Amino acid sequence: MASPAEGVVDRIRERLGDLVEGFEEAKGFVTFYVRPERLRDAASALKEMGFDHVKSVTVVDRAKEGVFHLGYHVSSYSNEELAGIVVELATRLPREEEPVAPSLSGIWTSAEFQEREVYEFFGIVFEGHPDLRPILLAPDMAEKRPLRKEFVVKEEGIYLE
Amino acid sequence: MSSSPEPGLRGMEVGETRRVYGLDVKKVGKDLYEVFIGPQHPGSGHMRIIVRLDGDIIVEADPDLGYVHRTVEKLSEGRQWIKIIPLIERMAILDACNVTLPYVEAVEKLLGIEPPERAKYLRVLLCEINRIASHLYGMGIFGVFLGHSTMYMWPFGDREVFVELAEWLTGARLTHSYPVPGGVRREMPDGFSDSVRKAVRYMRRRLDEYRKLFLDNPVIRRRLEGVGIIPKRTAIELGIVGPNLRASGVRYDVRAIDPYEVYGELEFEVPVFEEGDALARAWVRVEEIRQSLNILEQVVDRLDKMPRNQGLMHDRFWAKAPALFKKVLQDEGRVKLMPLMAMVKVPKGRAMARAEAGRGEIVYYVESDGGITPYRMRVVTPSFRNAIVFKYIAPGHRLADLPAIYGSIDYFPPEADR
Repeated sequence: MASPAEGVVDRIRERLGDLVEGFEEAKGFVTFYVRPERLRDAASALKEMGFDHVKSVTVVDRAKEGVFHLGYHVSSYSNEELAGIVVELATRLPREEEPVAPSLSGIWTSAEFQEREVYEFFGIVFEGHPDLRPILLAPDMAEKRPLRKEFVVKEEGIYLE
Repeated sequence: MSSSPEPGLRGMEVGETRRVYGLDVKKVGKDLYEVFIGPQHPGSGHMRIIVRLDGDIIVEADPDLGYVHRTVEKLSEGRQWIKIIPLIERMAILDACNVTLPYVEAVEKLLGIEPPERAKYLRVLLCEINRIASHLYGMGIFGVFLGHSTMYMWPFGDREVFVELAEWLTGARLTHSYPVPGGVRREMPDGFSDSVRKAVRYMRRRLDEYRKLFLDNPVIRRRLEGVGIIPKRTAIELGIVGPNLRASGVRYDVRAIDPYEVYGELEFEVPVFEEGDALARAWVRVEEIRQSLNILEQVVDRLDKMPRNQGLMHDRFWAKAPALFKKVLQDEGRVKLMPLMAMVKVPKGRAMARAEAGRGEIVYYVESDGGITPYRMRVVTPSFRNAIVFKYIAPGHRLADLPAIYGSIDYFPPEADR
């Protein structure tokens, strides 16, 4: 997958302006970090640029650093120049019992189900989400927040004991 | 079963639940009923839709997923890189190559290696065989939903042709575990390319028969035309993928937009329809099978011109292979995996890769902290992204149209639930 051409990255940086807290180049996409409270502004700006859908709401539990990395991988269906690239709009949330992030479902409807998924697997509460409840897991399992690092899967060995 | 006649909905009080023709029906308001459809139902199984009905008009639909959730993402965090492949391909066993390929590509990106040319062609070969089989499966299930039993039998029979091809190439009908980081696991058998050409000729003929029997059938057209219309702007906003997106007039196919493997060197068209209804979605699949057949012909032509039994695995995993390993490749066309493959350490980093699977774009995010297992593996499958259609498109239709909508978006629960 092609990384965004320099020109596009510069244009995004210009457009987001002082919203951007950090920038990182990964393999196959670039990441723009913003503060949680500026997430909605940055998302609106990206949407106006033509990033019209969310491919993945990606959360990584960075337990050692005490943060959750919350990222929205976005791209475009309607803008041909942007269609071949993926940009991640990311923020860091404190690793608490119920960290709160603004929901971006109002800006990108395509994030709605994935935010529900993140809510059940990590316990991140999306403020302003139209319908925040578990989607894949049964309620008792969702309470355990299974994708957090402290949830350990006990696997059986391959031999009888 | 009791012989007394079904009481129907007559005389129900608000708040009362009754079982009517196998469905749990609850009266939730005056003239408003809640019907639980599934998780067992005659089409593809294990997914429930809770619909609220006013008469027989759907006013609200709530897809209830997760009945076949297998914690693929969590289990991946405890498995060595290569052992994740058999795990993830279980999401869509018929489409195994397409489903595992972007994961393999993401790992290759982190390793900084690229497979040899011949391995890339072999990957594309299996991907297209899988895509055809996956579309045929979807069309067969669509036939079941509409009560069209011939359209169930024919594609399922024809699918066997491509499942057999896949078995001959990889050794397994389904879940082939064929692409691995650095290359592929088997050489194409002798005589394989001629069988592919034969299958292509057969399938082209069959597609014309599908058109006569199903797509141009007046009964089927009455049930599909103008049903479940997803306008272009809505399709983009909902972020749906694959044939469903292209049936709504968006020309977006990862193979063309962001070519991977050798798709950039092959000639094919991206079929796009403007109508956005259930019939258009059925047509897109038929036309895509036609394109995949074209790709298959090109791929086997090129593979035939390349030297055999070499260029299947990147040097990193093959240069130091013992003589016995190389002999097995020469004699049997099998790539024995080096033991170092199991304990390979992937350099620290974050990577994303995507591919156009049968049902649409599949996206992997892989993060390594330099260990023998991923720190995080995230996968978003096409069916999961398409599930939102039930919520936003079904309302306004009659309950009787729901099977047509469900069947037309080729929703596959094991893939959506992961």
